[in-house]
Amino acid sequence: MTRLGHWIGKHLVLALGALVLLYMYIPNFIVALMSFNDASASRNLYSFQSFTWDNWLNPCEPLGMCESLRVSISIGLIATLVATVLGTLAAFALVRHRFEGRSTMNLLVFLPMATPEIVMGSSLLALFVAAGMGGRLGFGTILIAHILFCLSFVVVTVRSRLSGLDSNLEKAAMDLYANEWQTFWRVTFPLVFPGILAAALLSFSLSFDDFIITNLNSGQTVTFPMFVWGAAQRGVPMQVNVIGTVMFLAALAIVIIGEVGASRRRKLLASR
Amino acid sequence: MAALQRALGRNSAYLLVGPAALWLGIFFVIPMISLLTTSLSDPAGSPIYGYSMTWRFENYVDVVADYWPYLVRSFVYAGIATVLCLILGYTLAYAIAFKAGRFKTLMLVLVVAPFFTSFLVRTLSWKLILADNGWLVETLKTLHLMPEDGRLLATPIAVVAGLTYNFLPFMILPLYASLEKIDPKLNEAAADLYANPFKRFWNVVWPLSLPGVVGGTLLTFIPASGDYINASLLGNPNTQMVGNRIQSLFTTGSDYPHAAALSVILMVLIVVMVMVYVRRAGTEDLL
Repeated sequence: MTRLGHWIGKHLVLALGALVLLYMYIPNFIVALMSFNDASASRNLYSFQSFTWDNWLNPCEPLGMCESLRVSISIGLIATLVATVLGTLAAFALVRHRFEGRSTMNLLVFLPMATPEIVMGSSLLALFVAAGMGGRLGFGTILIAHILFCLSFVVVTVRSRLSGLDSNLEKAAMDLYANEWQTFWRVTFPLVFPGILAAALLSFSLSFDDFIITNLNSGQTVTFPMFVWGAAQRGVPMQVNVIGTVMFLAALAIVIIGEVGASRRRKLLASR
Repeated sequence: MAALQRALGRNSAYLLVGPAALWLGIFFVIPMISLLTTSLSDPAGSPIYGYSMTWRFENYVDVVADYWPYLVRSFVYAGIATVLCLILGYTLAYAIAFKAGRFKTLMLVLVVAPFFTSFLVRTLSWKLILADNGWLVETLKTLHLMPEDGRLLATPIAVVAGLTYNFLPFMILPLYASLEKIDPKLNEAAADLYANPFKRFWNVVWPLSLPGVVGGTLLTFIPASGDYINASLLGNPNTQMVGNRIQSLFTTGSDYPHAAALSVILMVLIVVMVMVYVRRAGTEDLL
């Protein structure tokens, strides 16, 4: 009886967990399904009409969509690069050095994450307007905002990876006559790299997906989420679902390749 | 040369932290001050030419009088969504941490992966799921769980469901991080001492997971209370949240001082609630 109870207990929680996971995927299934929807025949854009490959063959058909995608990808890449470099440097300082103002810096990193997007977006807008830039909102102001909110997430991600690092590995390298520079590039950096990569991936997804902050500071520039928002008032073109599906599959592929690579490295190290 | 290196060594922490600190200072701290001064400015001005700061505290009185129902609604919706996220998220995080075995990493990846399909696109797909002639509404009507003229889309239920769905990963990740650290042996020890599963959960697992619960609820509640996308896409004019009002005051309204005042009020209320909550949960050292 207790064994049966144990069996149920074990698998019940797992089954409930799987159900929650399934719930999280319902929208992704719908998005993938709708990417094959032929909406040309009907005005009802919120139900599946008939199957077609057209959306996948002509992804750039809706006016302005691929242009907005290009803008989002450019902003995402630049913001990720800047935020990852600045954030990684700061994370090293916060973990490895004891300096005056360290706890202030930790607080400064935490605050943007505890601020609702609408407040952060409106404060930036207030600054830009006060600085006389109210008429010059666009690519530059979006970029500033995106680097800002990515920065905190990079610091937090890299910091947690670094503080979990065994400093004996670095001491061992120094004992074997590696200088500081060699120790950093041959030992520390490779060990922290997965954390930096995760931070970069997170930054890009945050930047690519942001709407609330961008919408307040964008001027006439249209990013992909803003295109979707504008289109939602009239009826979203089905190609939006193609982009959503491609982004999802690409991210999944990057994570799986990274994970396979990491486990292969672990096996290689273990077999030595 | 050696002197230079020594000087660099002493100050290297500041060189490393400097650029990030500058960015956060210029584009986070100064804007917050800017938001405060704007909120006390005379509304007779324009976004292009700026506003003159006149210590106009009436702005705050105006927005509280006009928009308090939106503030209340935002916190009620965000609160319900946070509780739902906690129930769903705890189940999944617990399953991943203790029951998933070798599928742990895969399941964790699957939690984060939906993030990459644009937030807006996914929220729009809920419109389809909850639609009046959709399979969900039809099924509920067939089972008589819903009146014939009932609907889901454009109701508060749809907005709360959207918030719950969108912020669930923010709940799961901190919960998982603290559940994963719990030694399963503690649970076994409690079982050896004849604690039943409920007692084991309540007296062993739950207290140890509190840091994750606090972290997760904050990461869910804060963005949810400022969100307006779910209220706009899935709700109706009577389900609008404070984010809707701030957004429209800034854009279509072009009334920056009142918008800024409402923004400041939202921020202050959140900070107060977070401090009370963290203190009651006894996890001050988290912050």
